[in-house]
Amino acid sequence: MATFNLKINNKKHTVEVDEDTPLLWVLRDHIDLVGTKFGCGIGQCGACTVHVDGNAMRSCLLQVSQAEGMSITTIEGLSEDGSHPVQQAWKEIDVPQCGYCQSGQIMTASAFLNQNSNPSNSEIRDAMHGNICRCASYNSIEKAVKVAADKIS
Amino acid sequence: MNLSKQQTFSRRSFLKTSALASGGMLISFNLFTACKSDVKPPIDISQLNFNDFNAFIKISDEGKVTIFSPNPEIGQGVKTSMPMLIAEELDVPWDDVYIEQGVLDTENYTRQLAGGSQSIRLGWEPLRQTGATAKQMLVNAAAAKWGISPSECKASQGVITNPKGETLGYGDVVKEAALLDVPEDVKLKDPEDFTIIGKNTSNVDIDKIITGKPLFGLDYKEEGMVYASVLRPPAFGQVLESFDDTAARALSGVIDVVVIGEKARAHLEGDKKSWTAQLSKSDKVVVIAKTTWAAIKGKKAIKAVWKNDSELESTESHDKILLDLLNGEKFDTRRKDGNVKKAFANADKILERTYESPFLPHNCMEPMNFFANVTPEKVHLVGPVQTPEDAAKVVSNMLDRKLEDIHLEMTRMGGGFGRRLYGDFVYEAVEIADKIKKPVKMVSTREDDMTTGVYRPAIKYKIAASIKDGKLTGYHLKEAAVNINMYGLIPNFFPAAALENYQVDTVNYQSNITTGAWRAPYTNFLASAEQSFFDELAETLEVDRVQLHLDLLENVKNNPEPNIEYSPERLQGVIKMVVDKSNWGKTDPGVYQGFSVYYCHNTHVAEVADIVMENGNPVVKKVTCAVDCGVVVNPLGALNQVKGGVIDGIGHTMYSELAFKDGVPQSNNFNSYQLIRMGQTPQVDVHFVKNNIAPTGLGEPTLPPVGAAVANAIYKATGKRLTKQPYISNMDLEKVVG
Repeated sequence: MATFNLKINNKKHTVEVDEDTPLLWVLRDHIDLVGTKFGCGIGQCGACTVHVDGNAMRSCLLQVSQAEGMSITTIEGLSEDGSHPVQQAWKEIDVPQCGYCQSGQIMTASAFLNQNSNPSNSEIRDAMHGNICRCASYNSIEKAVKVAADKIS
Repeated sequence: MNLSKQQTFSRRSFLKTSALASGGMLISFNLFTACKSDVKPPIDISQLNFNDFNAFIKISDEGKVTIFSPNPEIGQGVKTSMPMLIAEELDVPWDDVYIEQGVLDTENYTRQLAGGSQSIRLGWEPLRQTGATAKQMLVNAAAAKWGISPSECKASQGVITNPKGETLGYGDVVKEAALLDVPEDVKLKDPEDFTIIGKNTSNVDIDKIITGKPLFGLDYKEEGMVYASVLRPPAFGQVLESFDDTAARALSGVIDVVVIGEKARAHLEGDKKSWTAQLSKSDKVVVIAKTTWAAIKGKKAIKAVWKNDSELESTESHDKILLDLLNGEKFDTRRKDGNVKKAFANADKILERTYESPFLPHNCMEPMNFFANVTPEKVHLVGPVQTPEDAAKVVSNMLDRKLEDIHLEMTRMGGGFGRRLYGDFVYEAVEIADKIKKPVKMVSTREDDMTTGVYRPAIKYKIAASIKDGKLTGYHLKEAAVNINMYGLIPNFFPAAALENYQVDTVNYQSNITTGAWRAPYTNFLASAEQSFFDELAETLEVDRVQLHLDLLENVKNNPEPNIEYSPERLQGVIKMVVDKSNWGKTDPGVYQGFSVYYCHNTHVAEVADIVMENGNPVVKKVTCAVDCGVVVNPLGALNQVKGGVIDGIGHTMYSELAFKDGVPQSNNFNSYQLIRMGQTPQVDVHFVKNNIAPTGLGEPTLPPVGAAVANAIYKATGKRLTKQPYISNMDLEKVVG
């Protein structure tokens, strides 16, 4: 066990956990931020995606010891009230079916659009390829990313 | 008992209204009983008590409406669409309606099930009647206040108006309305007057989903709760012999290591075959920890020794066994029309093909999990399960507790696809909680989830058609499946009744690998096989494949058969629509189209897949889908279901399979098991047939036909007939026909 100081959604958190604990479980079990989801634990599905210093990362692969000193944003901190353009686009298109993977989808899309606010269709498809949606809401996700891009640019 | 009352008993008497102490009125009804198509009124109405009601509408004295929706939400949208039916006839603005997952205990929620795409079909009339009855009571109360006849009043958008133009809001009359008799024979709206049904309506949980609020089973927490990770046998056919937990107990955060299995087996005594019996054969080692991570790590640190209890099966042996069964004589005949034997004996040409499919796990994005707390007062259960009533009954039996002691709360489910119909994870959580006497959450990892599932079984079909003088004279379908056959369902689906000589035979092989329902059970692979066969059949007969279907359906119209479930007219309707909308036969060079049509889950669907070849690989670019599901209650939700079904279907027919070797699943996570991803998805172009027929389900019926649409398109592009799924792995020359 060791103590780690984390900056999550612009707030400081101190947690006492094993140093190999993935950030995912620190968020879910210790800090009560359960919007970040557990899907596969090996970085293959993207349900646990968060922003680390603005980049989309799989929190299931990031050990808490590596996350110290970085600025972490989870779905709960993407906006205060769901007003981020990507969240709004998701609502406008009514993307979710079961909804479980969608916070990861939103976090991937928002980091991607931050770097490329005017993407082509194939850039969107490439950027979102790492996030699995078992309900296969892919058409809606693709459309929502386009809508979000329009809102941003 | 008042006999005259019994004679006038109507379905609406399932309603009960009461005034709320806090103001407003509560309308209670039993969703399940009301929605069952063959419901018979009880002999004695006094036998009904408040506990029989499981769904509620609350109208506050401000006129706000809360609908407690009891049906489990697994992503199919019923938490939105079912309340829409009530709100439509109650005639309130949708913005004033709040939807809540209702009071969550088994006293009030005893009959719920999400499965089979039936919720909307069965709820269509009774839910609207419930809303209309409530509206009539409010109108009656307003009329009494004004001293006029209810027929002189009009109600719309939550406001009742009299001939003088005076108005009363619903909230103004709830107190009086709650005391009135429940009216009989209310009039339902003309579909032309719908203001909510047929309008795009967002998922009611959308704001919570996009902001990451706790909604799912895995998100549920309670003070003092611990976590449990369960070590189950690595191979089907193995059971626990011994284990060493020294290393696990030494880990920080690990609280205890316990063994479960005894209670589940005692409950299942005498049952050797069911999926629960198979999954409960072995003892399981459970690591209890302060956190999920510690529990998972603890489980990995357990050194277990397993022994063989029954045969360790492999895909290779399954393939041989099923093919031998198909070529054998041990069939059950499910349907027999005319004389197939004679038709084949007299044929001058026979087309025969064998189609093969693998086991499939469900892979819900939210792995199986459940919360349980067993105390002397009650058994508290929280989590995602599609069959809460059944789960509660099993738990009551396992723990020898009264059913009233079992309080089961349902959460939103991170996917179901049939997996959560099976409550093994509930029983595990209960046995753990009973043992440790603490609130506990059982959490499966992806590896646990994929390797200890209840799978879509491997199935093989042999389909044969007899041809005489260029005409189709007979059709014979044989099915060999692992564990589960298609029961009595399919023999009355198309092409049954379209052919004079028609026979369906089934046989199965009993395996120790657990199998069960998977999205569009029975037809998810059958449709691929049959519709691929029809494509080749049309080619052999030298007729147009679309026309072949239209002609066969014409036969059905000319020789009506009472038992068939599909409508030949509606199937012809979707065929014509998809031909028109897909530009069938008129595509650009380099684009290859495949056609497929199917009826299942009460819905009629036709699909055309457009593919192109890129670097020698088929890429599905577009799927045009024509759907006749009657009235489309929520077009926005309906589109999601249709598109999801089509893409899910493509993914599983093209890429996914779970093979076994010596009882061990050969894939255990998304690095070794392929699910379709965005880069592989086509655009799905959806068209609904417009009519006023009562709605049918959409969660499943668009999935089965798409495999054949894709296979038929690939045939056009490559000249190769695909008969073995997943197609991508079986596209080399040896495995394709042609």
